[in-house]
Amino acid sequence: MGTGSNFGFADGEQTGDSTRELTYIAAISEALREEMRRDPNVLLMGEDIAGDFGGAFKVTKGFEAEFGARRVINTPLAELGFVGAATGMALMGLRPVVEMQFADFISSAFDSIVQFAATAHYRWKGAVPWVIRAPSDGGIRSGPFHSQNPEAWFVHTPGLKVVAPSTPADAKGLLLAAIRDDNPVIYFESKPLYRSLKGHVPSGAEALPLGEASVVRPGRDLSMVTYGAMLHQALAAARRLADEGIDSEVLDLRTLKPLDRPAILATARKTGKVLVVHAANRLAGVGAEVAALVAEEAFEWLDAPVQRLGGLDVPVPFSPPLEDAYRPNAEKIYVAARRLALY
Amino acid sequence: MAQTTLTNEQRLALYYWMLFTRSFDETMVAMWKQGRGLGGTFSQRGHEAISVGAAYALKPEDVIAPMHRDLGAYLLRGMTAERIFGNLLGRSGGVSAGRDANLHGMGDLGLQIIGFISHLPHSMAVSLGAAMSFVYRSEARVALTFTGDGASSAGLFHETLNMAAVWNAPWVVIVENNLYAYSTPLEQQMKVPAIAERAASYGMAGVTVDGNDVEAVYAVTSAAVEQARCGGGPTLIEARTMRMLGHAIHDGAEYVPRSLLESWEKRDPVMTYRARLLEAGVSDEAVLSEIAERVAAEVADAVARAEADILPDPATVEAGVYAEG
Repeated sequence: MGTGSNFGFADGEQTGDSTRELTYIAAISEALREEMRRDPNVLLMGEDIAGDFGGAFKVTKGFEAEFGARRVINTPLAELGFVGAATGMALMGLRPVVEMQFADFISSAFDSIVQFAATAHYRWKGAVPWVIRAPSDGGIRSGPFHSQNPEAWFVHTPGLKVVAPSTPADAKGLLLAAIRDDNPVIYFESKPLYRSLKGHVPSGAEALPLGEASVVRPGRDLSMVTYGAMLHQALAAARRLADEGIDSEVLDLRTLKPLDRPAILATARKTGKVLVVHAANRLAGVGAEVAALVAEEAFEWLDAPVQRLGGLDVPVPFSPPLEDAYRPNAEKIYVAARRLALY
Repeated sequence: MAQTTLTNEQRLALYYWMLFTRSFDETMVAMWKQGRGLGGTFSQRGHEAISVGAAYALKPEDVIAPMHRDLGAYLLRGMTAERIFGNLLGRSGGVSAGRDANLHGMGDLGLQIIGFISHLPHSMAVSLGAAMSFVYRSEARVALTFTGDGASSAGLFHETLNMAAVWNAPWVVIVENNLYAYSTPLEQQMKVPAIAERAASYGMAGVTVDGNDVEAVYAVTSAAVEQARCGGGPTLIEARTMRMLGHAIHDGAEYVPRSLLESWEKRDPVMTYRARLLEAGVSDEAVLSEIAERVAAEVADAVARAEADILPDPATVEAGVYAEG
């Protein structure tokens, strides 16, 4: 299969200025569109993604008109089955990008992901280069089944890669990398950021490397280690702490598997105080792994116990006071970080 | 109806592969009873005509996704007995290089084989995806997979049949109905008298075949595969047989009535085909005995090579979790 053809469509180079801004969700659409123009092996599957409808969140609106029904496939409501079918396509060298309508529904496909796709290469060198896009996270009053952050299940599964972008630029660059990766990648996109967050997005089709965290805000006094929508809550807390003379470093993990261990250890050793924040419930979450890593390999550098903020160990509740009590936010991060800084 | 004009040479090939499967199986069962095995394993006895007859209906470019009673299909696709014994014995040269047990993990895309997992209906969904990749690329190829009566109760069985029909996929599934899911008999698994009847509820073709008649299996599969290849859509084939030994090597299957086994023993797929070839004058005792000797020597050689092979190096335990790139 040839690559490099843009099928007659102009690419974005003529708009490649440094002020080019997109919403988080537009960056996801752009990554998909550009990669489908570049690589004829890339196709989309999912519920309600085709036609004029273009998916529950409109990420693929207009895609069928451009790429045809062959490459934009509406599936029956059968997550277990269509993820399995995506695995078969991927084994044959195609690169399916599956839209899970909500990340909450990914449990219906759990066997297909963790038993078949994740193990095929280890067992018999069957490479499975698919991506599952999983619209995740809450704070938007969507109730127990449209608000979940199930990333820890997949971080715990050998053979998968797990990505959780927090900015429009990362949303594009990491999605391009996920599609080009030869392994099954679960891409957790953050629903609360979809249209609330705009940022600079390069016009080219440059993939960002998987497995690299990013120091979004350098600081001396403590480290906040986070990802997804919580990055922005952490940055807000850090700005408030700065007014009080507390200098926070904020590390965005960006990829949860493989975890960027050197970056986590570097920030822990630099500030000696670590607060891990994620929206997923705290118990046995990604933060537990980060805390354990720091305890095992940066103990001598620590000036305080590692702290974690995460969701409570309850289903994600619907009503605003309950959901707000469930989730971390800038205020809770500020309080926890301030206490840690003063430890 | 299906093509049934097999040449005598083709008939002897079917016999050779069934006998090879039987000989491999008898050798394997004996080894495990002698303590020369590793872990569990699954006898093929009773299923030889299905795996051989069905796999014989494919072209080399077609994809096959067999299960744990389809040894004949792996062999017919070109997987060597040595590599398979190596897999059974956890050897370095086994198909999965010691990663997976018994007949699991025996995928080899060079041979167009997709390996299965214990959760059997997954091969249906994954092979359907392979079939859809052929549609995507406008290739005249077909994907064939196998599952069991037990797996036909799982949700994924139904999800896949529905999708295959909706997508008019070049895909064929053979449900090997051997009357027992481990110890659970058919009447405790389903109310319908024939699994093939379920196909109609998804809008796809369903047909039942005598799974102990290799030529019937070949004919029905050939017809289904060629229909699928020509855009005629998927087919569910229910192949009826009997699992003649336990679920796995440890299982004495005391729950199966002896009289049932005795009645099926008279319909043994290998022995009845042998008698049929002699009766029809396709071959004679001398030729068939010569084939049996050749098969026995080939199986013995494969066992010897696999047993002599090294076990995997523990330093490689983390290798291969990810594809590079």
